Amino acid sequence: MSTETVYQLNPLFRLQWEEAQQCYVLLYPEGMVQLGASSAEILKCIDGEKSVQMIADDLSAKFDDDSVAGDVIEFFDVAAKQGWLNANT
Amino acid sequence: MQTPERAGPPLWLLAELTYSCPLQCPYCSNPLDMADHKTELTTEEWIKVLRDARKMGATQLGFSGGEPLVRKDLEILIAEARSLGYYTNLITSGVGMDEARVKAFREAGLDHIQVSFQASSEELNNFLCGSDSFQHKLEMARQVKAQGYPMVLNFVLHRHNIDDVAAILELSKALEADYVELATTQYYGWAKHNQNNLMPTREQVKSAEAIAHQYQKDLEGQMRILYVVPDYFEDRPKPCMNGWGSIFLTIAPDGTALPCHSARIIPGLELPNVKQQSVDWIWHESPDFKKFRGFEWMKEPCRSCDEKEKDFGGCRCQALMLTGDASNTDPVCDKSPQHDALLAQVAEIEAQQVTEQPLVFRNMRESKKLSRQTN
Ligand code: SF4
Ligand code: SF4
Repeated sequence: MSTETVYQLNPLFRLQWEEAQQCYVLLYPEGMVQLGASSAEILKCIDGEKSVQMIADDLSAKFDDDSVAGDVIEFFDVAAKQGWLNANT
Repeated sequence: MQTPERAGPPLWLLAELTYSCPLQCPYCSNPLDMADHKTELTTEEWIKVLRDARKMGATQLGFSGGEPLVRKDLEILIAEARSLGYYTNLITSGVGMDEARVKAFREAGLDHIQVSFQASSEELNNFLCGSDSFQHKLEMARQVKAQGYPMVLNFVLHRHNIDDVAAILELSKALEADYVELATTQYYGWAKHNQNNLMPTREQVKSAEAIAHQYQKDLEGQMRILYVVPDYFEDRPKPCMNGWGSIFLTIAPDGTALPCHSARIIPGLELPNVKQQSVDWIWHESPDFKKFRGFEWMKEPCRSCDEKEKDFGGCRCQALMLTGDASNTDPVCDKSPQHDALLAQVAEIEAQQVTEQPLVFRNMRESKKLSRQTN
């Protein structure tokens, strides 16, 4: 994965806040992943326009913490392998 | 931790809209006495169930049956489900659908359609479901994909089609399926009745598994293959329903609320109905849903077993059918005192090469006949 890649959420998945569970979830055919706060924060930034690097920089600035960028990039790697994301081509 | 007194939300709601079905699969998990339970909830009653369960936190919704397409109000129910925020799955044989209806479902907000096939060949498919449906199913699978849904195919495996796993996966590949579920028959309802005729041999299971694993490797990232191992050949049971009354809530066509779709067979249940009770009361207060929730109800060897949080002691219906007591350890577990008896039974079925008794097809006529025999 390159940090210049622009992703969008795989259209087969839906990101949604669940009041009863008090967390964001990713929904897909007959399944659901409960997301931690930071994963949800990252997924919400994915808009099909910003690159991985841009999102990593944005979130580092937002939380005023340089170590965030690395975590974000790592998350993209995992999320892409899980099939949650599609790369824009 | 789940206790009988404290339960999380019913995250998974299965709405069995009807027991009607144009097909007659001999492995159907619907109850044998379905002809005695033909009344169905109205549209308004279903909508109330959807709203109440959603309020409690239900997120995944399955429309199944029978054949849910038989319900003329399916589009209305889908639209309601979508507006409530459910992720909505339609579990269907594809018979009763056409291009226009697939499109109408899409517009109503349906998220996913799972099409079940009986086999990879037209002849066997049509024989097993008792109808000339194969070509239509192919067409519907293609429509599902063409209209932007994930294509999820489901094949129930048994003695008569398990040797065709490679052909089944080739067909799925040709259809460009996203997910394929290969589920070995679970022996509930009609499948239990036809068990001697459906259970594959250990050898068949082994080679099917090897082929499925090979395809999983070869098609990684392209097509996901879920291979559900037949648990009669295992030494640990499946974590049935993820624990009784833990996340699954099934509503039968007549409004009966069940912790699992086959629970009706367990004696002593009160079978609460959404027509009389609220979904909230049923889930949190009804004796049925508390009966095997958590770990308090367990007997030995489960009670003191360190794996109980992994498999919850297995399946209650299976424990009942195989040991006569639903609160026993599922005999699939090799710690169960009845495990050897199960192995002997499996061996006996395996030894019957040719099937002496014919398959009994699932339909209302046979259901009535069977009810008469037992009453
Ligand atoms: S398993 Fe076959 S007979 Fe039973 S509901 Fe499904 S399609 Fe109909
Ligand atoms: S004894 Fe019961 S809890 Fe332990 S592994 Fe077997 S079925 Fe599971």
